[in-house]
Amino acid sequence: MTAPDEYTASHVEEEHALEAEHSIEGRPYELSAVRRGGLFGDLVRDKLGLASLVFLVVLLVVAALAPWIAPFKPNQGNLTSSGLPPVWHGGTWTHPVGTDWQGYDVLSRLIYGARTSLIIGLVVVLLAGTFGVVVGLIAGYKGGRADSWIMGWVDVQVSFPGLLMAMLLVALVGGSVTSVSLILAVNGWMVYARMTRGVVLTMKERPFVEAAEILGSTPKRVIFKHILPNLFTPLATLGVLEFARIILAEAALSFLGLGIQYPGVSWGLDIARAGDHELFGNQWLIVYPGLLLTITVLAVNLLSSWLRVALDPLEREKRFAATTSSGHTGAGL
Amino acid sequence: MGRYLVRRLLQGLVVIFGVTIFVFVITRMVGDPVKFMLPLSATPEERAARRASLGLNDPLITQFVRFLGDLLRLNLGESTYVRGQPALHVVFDYLPRTLQLVAFGMVLAVVFSIPLGVVASRRPGGVLDRFLTTLSLIGLSVPQFFLGYVLIIGFTVKLHWFQTGPGPWQTNLVLPAICLALPAIGRLSMVVRSAMIDELNSQYVKVARAKGLSQRRVLGVHALKNAGIPYVTLLGWEVIRAIAGYTVVVESVFNWPGLGFMAKTAIANQDFFLIQAIVFVVAVMVVIINIIVDVAYKALDPRVKLS
Repeated sequence: MTAPDEYTASHVEEEHALEAEHSIEGRPYELSAVRRGGLFGDLVRDKLGLASLVFLVVLLVVAALAPWIAPFKPNQGNLTSSGLPPVWHGGTWTHPVGTDWQGYDVLSRLIYGARTSLIIGLVVVLLAGTFGVVVGLIAGYKGGRADSWIMGWVDVQVSFPGLLMAMLLVALVGGSVTSVSLILAVNGWMVYARMTRGVVLTMKERPFVEAAEILGSTPKRVIFKHILPNLFTPLATLGVLEFARIILAEAALSFLGLGIQYPGVSWGLDIARAGDHELFGNQWLIVYPGLLLTITVLAVNLLSSWLRVALDPLEREKRFAATTSSGHTGAGL
Repeated sequence: MGRYLVRRLLQGLVVIFGVTIFVFVITRMVGDPVKFMLPLSATPEERAARRASLGLNDPLITQFVRFLGDLLRLNLGESTYVRGQPALHVVFDYLPRTLQLVAFGMVLAVVFSIPLGVVASRRPGGVLDRFLTTLSLIGLSVPQFFLGYVLIIGFTVKLHWFQTGPGPWQTNLVLPAICLALPAIGRLSMVVRSAMIDELNSQYVKVARAKGLSQRRVLGVHALKNAGIPYVTLLGWEVIRAIAGYTVVVESVFNWPGLGFMAKTAIANQDFFLIQAIVFVVAVMVVIINIIVDVAYKALDPRVKLS
């Protein structure tokens, strides 16, 4: 379930950027590459990134305030008002996006579904991230036997058929927000451990870490003061990408009936319900949650590519160099 | 090379062993297979008798030793859902349909991703490149089950290009394969694109151009071959991903009677022996494909040392 080597890939890019940097004589662009308007100045210039951020913030607020914002409870249905059309097809404002065949208010279910997706995404990224980073720090910094045992464990668990395991575990312990979060976290901490260990190994060779050690810093101080801050950028990017992956994983589990279950609400569950019931009827009931899920994941993905550029000075310079000397790098074809 | 293969095979055995033990322990710890094996009207005595006959009352360690012995003889017990069939037989009954789906989907992915990636790489940042990049990002973000429904609604329900219900497998295979292939096309074409951009800016391509080789030869023979190295790795990963369970989703949407569909059914019916057999076979396949990818990697890039 994990990308083979997201991390090495980004390092290759970094090397290329360094090469490009050295090949431009005197680095004439350096002064003007100083960021204007800081991190968010960058984001405003990246239109898609900005739109994604706005969308996600709105979604987050709506999800957090779901009990107050949603017009109805998600499982509050009335068969006399089932199958109502949305406002733009002649419905009423009582049910702005209409109702489904059980009389559930579609808008309310979409809002509560967002809540499930985002909560599980955040909790899993925090849990798996914390555990993975701690394990990766230990493996990378201690080295030796601890390292080979830990990485051996990681290698074995990475080869597990993750989705099958998750399905099996949910079937055995039952599907709730808590259990699904825990199971997805147990399934997905290995990427963080691998990446953290990789960064620690390269950092350990750097002069500033050696200097800190020679000056007598305790291992704890070296790890937390000198190594951990350098992990921030790759971790932030990885965390955002994993957030998108977890949202998709939760939706897939719930879709299969082995994730969030009634009375819980999830976009994946709603797609499955509507798919069973309305495939030849009102297909919009499949499309609404599906589209919202797609847009959310797309927004997270776009945000992560902005974040990678914005947080990494090398990437920023590379991009700037590319805009000033486009004739130089893009030549050939 | 030989020593490397031995080491990888041993590592693979550890993985298979680990997965099997894990499944054994959690299925024995939680759940009761007998609950689903006997009719609802069965008395507690009948249930206890069945449990005893399956050896489920023995201490876990006794059960485990027996299980390991059975595993070595490839006897994974009888399926309780598909009555009276050895679990491994059931797996091999359903596996071909999954392999068919994965093979066809991956062929589609290769056929489309390479030309798309090459086209996008020819003018990085151009209109076509940005269009294809956005398209592949969307392809990555659409959940596969939603994509499946969109395909069904569009091509079957609205356009009537395909029929619902039973039909010749060739036409039934088309939509599930597309559904399986689309996200892979998104990921793979982006790998082709970035690898090609790197290769096209390298010295040897400039030399090839300078000596007057045709565009076709430069792209097809020189650049594409080297760009193939990261491609093969990712393609192997896509196959693993599909086999290791991601066909479950596609198979459920399209009711494709493959291993994923069976896995879902087995889990829903707490058919322990069948689940064990499925996970075992999947783990074996994943290990084998992993080794094949590593060897292919070495064949494409002589600089890689297998160690």
